Amino acid sequence: MAKIKSLDELMKIKEKAVKDIHMRDTEKKGKIVVAMGTCGIAAGAKDTLQAVVNELEKNGIDDVSVVQSGCMGLCDVEPTVEVIMEGSDPIIYGHVSPEQVTRIVDQHVKNGKVVSDLLVRKGEI
Amino acid sequence: MPVATNTILICAGGGCISSGEESCLQALEKAVEKYALHDVVKIVETGCMGMCDAGPLMVIYPEGVYYQKLTPEDVEKIVSEHILKGRIVEDKLLDNPVSSLKTQNPYDDHPFFTRQVKIATRNMGIVDPMKIEEYIAHDGYFALQKALSMKPEEIIEELKVSGLRGRGGAGFPTWLKWDLTRKVPGDEKYVLCNADEGDPGAFMDRSILEGDPHSLLEAMAIAGYAIGANKGYIYIRAEYPLAIERLKEGIKQAKELGLFGENIMGSDFSFDLEIRMGAGAFVCGEETALIESIEGKRGQPRVKPPFPAQVGVWGKPTLNNNVETYANIPPILTKGAKWFSSIGTETSKGTKVFCLAGKVKNTGLVEVPMGITLREVVYDIGGGIPDGKEFKAVQTGGPSGGCIPKEYLDTPIDYETLKELGTMMGSGGMIFMDEDTCMVDVAKYFLDFSVEESCGKCLPCREGNRVMLEMLEKITEGNGEEGDIERLEKLGKNIMDTSLCGLGQSSPQPVISTIRYFRDEYEAHINEKRCPAKVCKPLIRYIIDPEKCVGCTACARVCPVSAISGEVKQVHEIDSEICTRCGSCIQVCRFGAISIVSP
Repeated sequence: MAKIKSLDELMKIKEKAVKDIHMRDTEKKGKIVVAMGTCGIAAGAKDTLQAVVNELEKNGIDDVSVVQSGCMGLCDVEPTVEVIMEGSDPIIYGHVSPEQVTRIVDQHVKNGKVVSDLLVRKGEI
Repeated sequence: MPVATNTILICAGGGCISSGEESCLQALEKAVEKYALHDVVKIVETGCMGMCDAGPLMVIYPEGVYYQKLTPEDVEKIVSEHILKGRIVEDKLLDNPVSSLKTQNPYDDHPFFTRQVKIATRNMGIVDPMKIEEYIAHDGYFALQKALSMKPEEIIEELKVSGLRGRGGAGFPTWLKWDLTRKVPGDEKYVLCNADEGDPGAFMDRSILEGDPHSLLEAMAIAGYAIGANKGYIYIRAEYPLAIERLKEGIKQAKELGLFGENIMGSDFSFDLEIRMGAGAFVCGEETALIESIEGKRGQPRVKPPFPAQVGVWGKPTLNNNVETYANIPPILTKGAKWFSSIGTETSKGTKVFCLAGKVKNTGLVEVPMGITLREVVYDIGGGIPDGKEFKAVQTGGPSGGCIPKEYLDTPIDYETLKELGTMMGSGGMIFMDEDTCMVDVAKYFLDFSVEESCGKCLPCREGNRVMLEMLEKITEGNGEEGDIERLEKLGKNIMDTSLCGLGQSSPQPVISTIRYFRDEYEAHINEKRCPAKVCKPLIRYIIDPEKCVGCTACARVCPVSAISGEVKQVHEIDSEICTRCGSCIQVCRFGAISIVSP
């Protein structure tokens, strides 16, 4: 590993490390819950989860946490993804393939617009 | 790149390891493997989280849910329920004493955490001690970077403004020690860290070393720069293998990044450290004995003056601070001396780490601002005395400290108030005692420790303490005589006045202070041959209440010396001549028929 010779170099290591650690932080603006019950996994939720993580990473979004949950009871529309952004009602999307994740992150997480054609339910279950 | 969605922090402090952290970690790794979660779950072993009583502990982020008293089965369940299904496992959460509900995020609502102010222990339980990047992420090594851009005088001035005093016991102003060592002429100087934590019931230094080794390394390098030393020693007890391992790893990682060793951060300042292991002699925590031991000699105190600042390791000027003192230094430099001095009392600035042990609900490690009252520590943070018992006293400052009785619960804690009460800050161990504790017995216990650990160099401590111990033994056996209390006081004072080192000078303190506050208990032992707390075996008897005894024979069967006689369904009797006062019978009696009496 290269030796640190200046404040900038130390700062760079800090920034990278902070980013890695940030996922632990509870001070998030939002949360994306991917249902990972047996039904969800069978319907491809693993790929969906990976896509969510990748998409957030790609867009440099680090204030939204990704959480796995069990079956929500909507086995028919799996993989389901719940998007909970601060100050608005939780939104549940169904049949979320990795491609749809790109749209959700783009429209909903970044711009606050619900992706209506994927919408299953609005509000608390 | 997969990003971890859940980070699991598992406490790998000494307390949690001994209560089974390792098997929980294995279970965790196995469960993660089983559910193929290794890409999305990150496991971090941290240092002590402080609540040792509830260990092994685990925190799951991003939610920050805190699980306690884990077993491998619990861990498996938590992974399958919490991580996989997002359902919190209620019965493993901490109890919230305030709302009587279970608490998910104790950092927000549990008084054990909310009342603390963490400076020296700021990273403990948060960072992975084996990863320097995590320390850097929490502003690590920025203080060293800043220090290298300052003049040594400026660093010492900053410490002076901060008001930091030595956390190892005596409370000597830290800046003055640095300044004295810096001003002594000489090219070759040493920075020393006293990590020979020998007080029974104190473990904050170990926890800092295990949980955040870099904070010590960074501070020692700063000290080296400030006083003009290029070499340092950490003197640590061999009983702390985990701390030693993490320190070594820390030094290695810091060197790889150029934050330690030759030409630190490209400057012309170089600093290196050597770890010296102590063989477990209590006296080696005394700074001059420690220096002797580093030099490979027998650990015996030297005559002061000359002080280590003038003549220290290998006869060179030496700066010696304790682990906790060092751990306070990086935040003082990064956040500023004014910030530090805004915490605490007029004479004692900042915080102090205390180890809560004995008869208190939340045993563990806490860092509180100076000036907090004992009542807050016992009842708010400590959670009170278990089993509905009454608080009697607290022993502070280790085996050579004194006791504080309940009348002084509202005294703000700082160096001066503790001294006025006849005890001392010491390293910060707090041993709580409830109504079932005999103060004469406590004094005997601590004095016995000092007698064992006396190095034998000077007479008052070697012989005087032994004589005092014999007198205490006599008193607790019911053979005390009129005038014994006065003799103890006189001898104790002589020992304190004439001993060479700090150990001898303070060793009679437990006796003197218990006489000061609990003279009536000594008098009861001597004049009435009675132990009010019913502890001293020669002064108590076990009896069976014939009204309550149903003759179930449980006590007779458990008695190891067959002192209990009686037929089935007949009232039993204990023969006091044979009885060894082991207390086994009381534990098995389901009818509360057995009690202890002291005449």
